[in-house]
Amino acid sequence: MFKRWLRNTTVAAALAIAPLPAFAQDAPKQGGDIVITYKDDIATLDPAIGYDWVNWSMIKSLYSRLMDYTPGTPDLVPSLAESFEVAPDGLTYTFKLRKGVKFSNGRAVVAADVKYSIERAVNPKTQGPGAGFFGAIKGFDALSGGTSQTLDGIEAPDDATVVFHLSRPDATFLHVLAINFASVVPKEAVEAAGGDFGKNPVGSGTFVLKEWTIGQRLVFARNPDYFVEKMPHVDTFTVEVGQEPLVALLRLQKGEVDIAGDGIPPAKFLEIKNSPDGAQMIVDGEQLHTGYVTLNTKVKPFDDLKVRQAVNMAINKERITRILNGRATAANQVLPPLMPGYDKAYTGYGYDVAKAKALLAEAGLADGFETVLYSTNTDPQPRIAQAIQQDLAAIGVKAEVRALAQSNVIAAGGTEGEAPMIWSGGMAWIADFPDPSNFYGPILGCAGAVPGGWNWSWYCNKDLDARAVAADSMSDPAKAAERTAAWDKIFVDIMADAPWIPVTNERRVVAKSPRMGGEGNIYIDPTRVINYDAIFVKE
Amino acid sequence: MMFLLARRLVQTAFILLGVAAITFLLLYALPADPARMIAGRSATAQTVANIRHELGLDQPLPVQFWTYLRGIVEGDLGRSYAQKTDVGTLIAARLPATLVLMAAGIFVEVLLGVFFGVFAALSRGGTADRIVMMMSFVGVSAPQFVAALLLLYVFAVTLGWFPMSGFGTFAHVVLPAATLGILGAGWYARMVRSAMIDVLNQDYVRTARAKGLSSARIVLRHALPNALLPIIAMIGIDIGQFMGGVVVVEAVYGWPGIGQLAWQAIQQVDIPIIMGVTLVSALAIVLGNLVADIIAPLVDPRIRAR
Amino acid sequence: MRVLKMMVRQPAALFGLFIVVLVMALAVAAPLIAPYSPDEQMFDGLTLEGAPMPPGGQFLLGTDTLGRDLFSRLLYGARTSLLIGLVANGIAVSIGLLIGILAGYLRGIFGNILMRFTDLMMAFPALLLAIVLAALLRPSLWIVAMVIALVNWVQVARIVYTETRGLVERDFILAERSLGAGHVRILFHHILPHLMPTAIVWGTLGIATTVLLEATLSFLGIGVQPPQPSWGNIIFESQSYFQAAPWLVFIPGAIILLTALSFNLVGDALRDILDPTQRGRG
Repeated sequence: MFKRWLRNTTVAAALAIAPLPAFAQDAPKQGGDIVITYKDDIATLDPAIGYDWVNWSMIKSLYSRLMDYTPGTPDLVPSLAESFEVAPDGLTYTFKLRKGVKFSNGRAVVAADVKYSIERAVNPKTQGPGAGFFGAIKGFDALSGGTSQTLDGIEAPDDATVVFHLSRPDATFLHVLAINFASVVPKEAVEAAGGDFGKNPVGSGTFVLKEWTIGQRLVFARNPDYFVEKMPHVDTFTVEVGQEPLVALLRLQKGEVDIAGDGIPPAKFLEIKNSPDGAQMIVDGEQLHTGYVTLNTKVKPFDDLKVRQAVNMAINKERITRILNGRATAANQVLPPLMPGYDKAYTGYGYDVAKAKALLAEAGLADGFETVLYSTNTDPQPRIAQAIQQDLAAIGVKAEVRALAQSNVIAAGGTEGEAPMIWSGGMAWIADFPDPSNFYGPILGCAGAVPGGWNWSWYCNKDLDARAVAADSMSDPAKAAERTAAWDKIFVDIMADAPWIPVTNERRVVAKSPRMGGEGNIYIDPTRVINYDAIFVKE
Repeated sequence: MMFLLARRLVQTAFILLGVAAITFLLLYALPADPARMIAGRSATAQTVANIRHELGLDQPLPVQFWTYLRGIVEGDLGRSYAQKTDVGTLIAARLPATLVLMAAGIFVEVLLGVFFGVFAALSRGGTADRIVMMMSFVGVSAPQFVAALLLLYVFAVTLGWFPMSGFGTFAHVVLPAATLGILGAGWYARMVRSAMIDVLNQDYVRTARAKGLSSARIVLRHALPNALLPIIAMIGIDIGQFMGGVVVVEAVYGWPGIGQLAWQAIQQVDIPIIMGVTLVSALAIVLGNLVADIIAPLVDPRIRAR
Repeated sequence: MRVLKMMVRQPAALFGLFIVVLVMALAVAAPLIAPYSPDEQMFDGLTLEGAPMPPGGQFLLGTDTLGRDLFSRLLYGARTSLLIGLVANGIAVSIGLLIGILAGYLRGIFGNILMRFTDLMMAFPALLLAIVLAALLRPSLWIVAMVIALVNWVQVARIVYTETRGLVERDFILAERSLGAGHVRILFHHILPHLMPTAIVWGTLGIATTVLLEATLSFLGIGVQPPQPSWGNIIFESQSYFQAAPWLVFIPGAIILLTALSFNLVGDALRDILDPTQRGRG
């Protein structure tokens, strides 16, 4: 049953994946010590808490989960689980654990650890951001509401078996078991760390944390007991923090750094791309990302569909991709091209100033109107906001740009009637897991259109919500294609209401030293940014 | 003297309390909800409410402030929202780096200031004096971030003499310290110069000169000691200035100090860290001013008389 | 006139005065001089790869990262930066004067409270406070000016306080008081005029500090809102290009330096002239 389901998704994904730039086909070599830099300090390595794109991939490598993905792909595979079965009603999942897996403290991983770890992620005391992902498990409300300390829906009948009982079918449940919040941790180590587990992580992943000097560096070393042969490839990777992206790149060019984790600032991108080693140093790949402008449907005049459509036609997306040095492609719909459910035939609202003006006139706003466009205040976002501002001016819409700290923008977006337009750059939706449903609920569904939510368009379509629930209860793997088609239709119907201006699909660009080997898709892994398990040193 | 000191210490405690109260109020008014920042994108309203409760953010403001103050008295600066670690630990881990940078910066300042101050005083009214005085203003008029980028560009990127970023060896500290030092040296040069000129105009120095004592001896024996106390007083003030002012230099050079910590925390609305760094900086400023105030009466007899 | 004559005799002050006048004139005349609109993102202002154009050719000082004419932006940026400098510092000196005089004149509990409050503000790390305030208040030109004023008045208050206390004990004030002059009369007719030199000196020196602080806030992305240009946010928007397009960082940087320097030179000369006892002191 699982096999057939797996084949279906693989086909869908293979169709969607654009050809990646060709890299030398080296067989992975074992060994080597590499250096990676980031600007910000690593917040935490606690899998129940960490939720930013920098610690995301480190947590992936420190711990293991029942399910995981084939490196560089969105394909689910059993990981800590050896095999599993799904009941025909989609409400019971039974997993058999792999034998002989050990935590880095030496103890064997047992089924009770899986139960404990997920309960810990849901327990309000943990203050974890991922609790909501496990909402389908029976007993979720009791635990998150504080009336229980355990999840009734998880059973561990013996050391090697875990059974999940769901309160409703959830087609994304296997993905949920592959996200970081489902990582398995040993209870005794969590308790011994006394609230500082995030700085003293113990897991059963490919790497163990060897050293952490706050504000300076973290050293990750190979886990010699890891349960997959010849994994990982490098012996250690050292993460140096507090490094400006620009400085990191200069060091990379000097050979002091192997991967500049924060990517390449626009100026250096052209310089490195055009340098002799350029092709070897730049990894440029697609990610599950859409950059958009939210149009607040509860704020005048964006409550008028014609106005929303007009501004959709006013934006010169090609010019914006040029400001991004061509590191993005123009977007016309919600889903990014790599995501199952992306509609290739859909053309969206083309760039058409005359038609935009006509639509505004039809809406009774021939002279335009004044509004506010929010943006985060880190380069290049204020620049893109200004480009959008200029495009809007061309149809008579005067938008005041407010470039604020990210937290202030998020606060404005979640306050009813506050932010008419928000450019999502710097906080745009990047999928938690490669499934179209992840692009709906929080950012376009009614559940997110509440104070403090992430649906900054405040768009709520009850009919679409019902169809989304229906699509997500199609957990029978045989219906995967049907489910994807249903999602495709939902997103096309959303665009008819134009709550967003989809602007760009940004590619991720990573700079690496020429000695680093491997395909581009393990440096821009669809599910974990940099896949530390799979990267290797060539020489 | 002891009484005076005790009084000043009590005042210091009250000032810190005031700083804590004002910062607390300001941060509380921030238009961003820390619970939602922590909860992230996919969290349900229930999760956010749970987190808010666990952080105690659903309590009335005075209660929150009282809890915070009780913590401080017990030496607990609270836990970082984003990093889920003791703020005290985070600051303690980064404070040494900032202190090293500060010490090195002050060293450069004093060294350049004394050298050029003496130089200018000896050629008072001459071209060299004018150039030094002019340059001292160039230093204090330069935007810190431009100076930092310029030094980085010339000495690390183009010439490759120093590492571009990081912490650990002597070579790492040169450029950041030079940025702080060159910009601040102007004040010291002007002060040393005026202190020197005061002394050089004294009768006994003129006599000594007339007797044929060398300039070097006069400077070392009479003039420099006269400039020593104002220099120490100025260092006291500088300690405070640097504590809050290293944000830019630490950001450009990737220096793992508390300035960087503060800047990250401000962007993430990590209130316990912002509070902690502000309090530590305020403490440094107050202690620095205390040093300056204690030194001042020793320098100027008129103040002593009061 | 006496002041002006004395300034002209010092080459450094003369240089400073010249630059100050020049920058102000350019700022005022920006609409007449600027070859382009400062906000117009020109299609031919970027290379095909999206890089800014270097100086020379169609654009005198090149273009910025959005294809806007740098020279025009610098001219209009002068308006923003100087306006903030003048307004913020004007407010700061006013607050400083008011609190300094009141605290120095009134003594007693009220004066004591004012001075303790000033001490409290002195203990705040200025840049950190400015950053927190700017983040709190959603920056616009006026908010940035307010933030800077709120941070910068403290020093003026301290100096005015000390001077006022000295004045209050002087014979002529005591004499006035024994003749029955009211507080208002003493404050406005006798104390305030004596403080004017201090106010003028700080009014000038403070502009240098203010221009630098505005640039720093904008450099951190929490200053004046785009697309309005200020010297600081021109650098902020181009800092990642500092190696590939150094002119985008170092030309505005040099202008900030030159402007701050000139205000410092003029202020220092004013201090020498207006207050001879302070001559040559730091």
